[in-house]
Parts: sequence; structure tokens; C-alpha cells
Amino acid sequence: MISIKNLHKKFGDLEVLKGIDADVQKGQAIVVIGPSGSGKTTFLRCLNTLETPTSGSVTIDEQTADFSKPLSKKQIMAFRKQSAMVFQHYNLFPHMTALENVMEGPITVQKQDKKLARKKAEQLLTKVGLGEKINDYPFQLSGGQQQRVGIARALALEPKVMLFDEPTSALDPELVGEVLQVMKDLAAEGMTMVVVTHEMRFAKGVADEVLFMDEGRIIERGKPEDIFNHPTEERTKRFLSLIQKTDVI
Amino acid sequence: MKFPKNGLVKMYLNSIFSDPVRMERLVDIAQSSFLPLIEATLQFTLPLSIISFIFGLILAILTALARISTVKIFQIIARVYVSIIRGTPLLVQLFILFYGLPTLGITIDPFPAAVIGFSLNVGAYASEVIRAAILSIPKGQWEAADTIGMSYTQSLRRVILPQASRVSLPPLSNTFISLIKDTSLASLILVTEMFRVAQQIAATNYEFLLLYGQAALLYWVICFALSLVQGRLEHRFDRYVSR
Ligand SMILES: Nc1ncnc2c1ncn2[C@@H]1O[C@H](COP(=O)(O)OP(=O)(O)OP(=O)(O)O)[C@@H](O)[C@H]1O
Ligand SMILES: [Mg+2]
Repeated sequence: MISIKNLHKKFGDLEVLKGIDADVQKGQAIVVIGPSGSGKTTFLRCLNTLETPTSGSVTIDEQTADFSKPLSKKQIMAFRKQSAMVFQHYNLFPHMTALENVMEGPITVQKQDKKLARKKAEQLLTKVGLGEKINDYPFQLSGGQQQRVGIARALALEPKVMLFDEPTSALDPELVGEVLQVMKDLAAEGMTMVVVTHEMRFAKGVADEVLFMDEGRIIERGKPEDIFNHPTEERTKRFLSLIQKTDVI
Repeated sequence: MKFPKNGLVKMYLNSIFSDPVRMERLVDIAQSSFLPLIEATLQFTLPLSIISFIFGLILAILTALARISTVKIFQIIARVYVSIIRGTPLLVQLFILFYGLPTLGITIDPFPAAVIGFSLNVGAYASEVIRAAILSIPKGQWEAADTIGMSYTQSLRRVILPQASRVSLPPLSNTFISLIKDTSLASLILVTEMFRVAQQIAATNYEFLLLYGQAALLYWVICFALSLVQGRLEHRFDRYVSR
């Protein structure tokens, strides 16, 4: 489903991604972990071309973007459709209701029929457990509810791949579960997902594979039980012992 | 400055109130000048204000976008324009447009000249307001718009400008109120707006205080009505922010 080849990203002189190679099979849920500043967010944003990689290529479902040559706006737009992003801080549109947030992409961008888009948006919001809140503005919703709207908004685009950047790290602890449950359901339905998270529960319970990133490289990848119980790389061990001690995960 | 000696004000008021003939004359003038003043307001003052404000806003949005664009030449043009307008008096700008340009063979009628002058003015001042409002919208909003596949113009139209307009409503209302009052300057380039009519009437009967007082009252009524509209708009905009 996703094939990433030799992906590099520089911000000026700072090389943040130093050659990433990875494949993700259809229906897999991949969890990316790694220390702060290791490039996890940048990696996700490159997959959605929110950042334009410096070089390398990404293939999502037979659409390839080769970043060694400049891409036109049209090519970037076409490639971006393949995936949808869920942000750490939700980034909902505050001037639109939950329903309008979810309908915005289908109507404004995909030019879908309004009635149809509305029906679909209602279904999606019901699916994430917000059927009663469709006419609320974001400020009327809790963080967990806002993030679930964010997930519905991304799903409304009918992407091939869902990208999550620390979707629960801005939430109060008691609200984390409801968001993880929605993501778990998605994974169970066979959605292909790349998730940056420090949620051990999610990684262990849902992920098909865990990638450990450090300093712009993928240091180690494997099944969650292998990575968490018998990491082979020294850096992975150090990172895991650190987060297990401080219970950040 | 010359102040009336003690008692003169009282004498003046006395002369009015104890003199039924003078009293009647003043009431007559006030009544008969009311209609022409209202007419001039509806015919020139309000249209001039509204048209200039609309053109000015369009110009302001374009200028603000040029200022925040990454294209150097756009930035420079926008900066020079704003700097020239802000750095020169409005009255001088109007005089250049109306009395100056004919020297170059460009003759503009009073009303269009005033519209151009005021639009350019609103464009420059409001562009700073709109630029600040756009910059105040968090970067995450642009990114969310990007990630759902919006183009630059779609992001602006659907996500950024609606939010920026809420932020900029109070300062833009001030701009509009200033504009309405500034249209009195158009009397000096021969637009027969309300204040010019007041001047003309006063010139025939020498009741300056009465006529200019009437004009002031009219401006105040318009601006007060506008501030009521502003309040209602703000209330509407605030429906999506927590109170
Ligand atoms: N737009 C940018 N311009 C310049 N440098 C950037 C930019 N975005 C990220 N960086 C730098 O790239 C490096 C990696 O950042 P990134 O956000 O990808 O890390 P991360 O792994 O997501 O970290 P965290 O766990 O704290 O979210 C950091 O050193 C950061 O300062
Ligand atoms: Mg990050």
C-alpha cells in the first residue's frame, strides 16, 4: 500500500530525515515511536506532502510521487488525496459546526452533492460516537470529542491511508480512551494507518508493526512484542527504558 | 481666539428666546434646510462612503495578501502603496486627484475623484488591519485546509478570511466610521455632499452655528446607527467562540 524509498528532508542546512525506507501493507496499522525531535512529525507530513521532501519517493496505492524532481501543484494535490491527516491539536475549523467541519472537504474540494455529503458526514460522526453533537461548534466540545471530529473529517475524504500525529497527547488522560477506541475500530475495519504515538496500550494492542525512529532514520522495526520486549538496537533499548521509567508511553 | 465677554452667551441666548421673530426664523431655517441636508446625505455622503468602503476593502484584501505573499515584487508594491497613502494627508491626495491631474490631461469628475481618493485611503489603512488579522489565524488552520486538499484560494475563502473577518470587525468598523466623517472633505473638491450643502445654506443666511450644528448631528446619527449594526454583527460572529 505504501512504499517509501530513500526519503530525505532538509530544513535549510538541518537534515531532519536522512533516508527513510519503509513499506506498509494494505490494512496494516503501523506505530512510529522515537525521541522528541527525531523527525516523526516531519515524516508523517512528508507522506501527506504538507512538507515537500527534498528527495526520495513515496508510493501510495500505485500513485508515486518522485521528489527528486519538482512536482506541479496539480501533482501534489492528486498525491495528497491518497492520505488524510489527524493533528495533535485537532485543528478543527472553529467557525464551522462539527457537521460542517466534516462536510467541508467533500463539498468544497471534491465538489460532492451537498445532500449526499451531509448524509455521509452524519454517518461518520455517528460512527465516532458524536451523532448527538453534529451541530455543536468545536468550542462546545471536549478535547476527545474534538479529536473524534478530526478523525471523521479525515475519513470523509475517503483516503487510502490515515496518518495520525500524536492524536491523544494533547488530551486529558480520561479522554484518551475514547479516541483510541475509534482508532482501534478503524484498524479492525482494515484501514491502513500510520500512527505517531507514545500510547503503549495502542501500540501493543493494535499495531501490526512498530517503527523506532531516531535522528531522522528508522533504527529498528518489528512486531510490537519484539520491539518492546527484545529490542536489538542499543538506542531502542535506551529510549524504551527511558519512557518506561517516566511512564510517558 | 476671541471669547465672548461674561454675559454675552447669555445675551445671545436671551436674544433668541425673548425675540419671537428671531426664534421663528431659526426654526424656519432649521426646518427648510433639513430636507436638502438629508437629500445630500442620501445622494452623496452615504453612497460615497459605501462605494468607497467596498472598493477599499477589496483593495485592502489584495494588498494584505500581497504583503504576506512570498513574491518579493508584490510585497514591495504593497509596501510602497501603503506608505505613500499613510504618509500624506487625505486632503492633499484629494486635491492632487481633482485639481492636480488635469495638468496631465486627466480630468475626473468630483464624485469619481472622491471615490478613488477614499478607496485608496481605506485600502491602505484596512490592509494593515486585515494583514494582522490573517497573521493571527493559527498556522494549523492553513495546514488543516491543506490536508483536506484545499487550494490557496479555497483556504482563504472558506477557512482564513471568515475567521480573520471576525478579528478585524471592530477595527474595520472604526475605519468605516472615520470614512463617513472624512467624506466631508469631499466638499472641498466640489462634491455636493451633506457638509457642502450645509456650507451653501449657511452662506445665504449666516446662521453658521445652526447649519454646522445640524450637519454634526446628522453625522453623529449615522455613526451611532452604524455602531449599533457593528454590535449586532459582533454578536453574530461570536457564536462560535466561547464566552
Ligand atoms: N518547519 C521547520 N523548519 C525548521 N526546522 C524544523 C521544521 N519542522 C521541524 N523542524 C526540526 O526538525 C526536527 C524534527 O522535528 P519533528 O517535529 O519532525 O520531530 P518529532 O519527532 O515529531 O518530535 P516531537 O516528538 O517533539 O513531536 C526538529 O529538530 C525540528 O526543530
Ligand atoms: Mg511531533
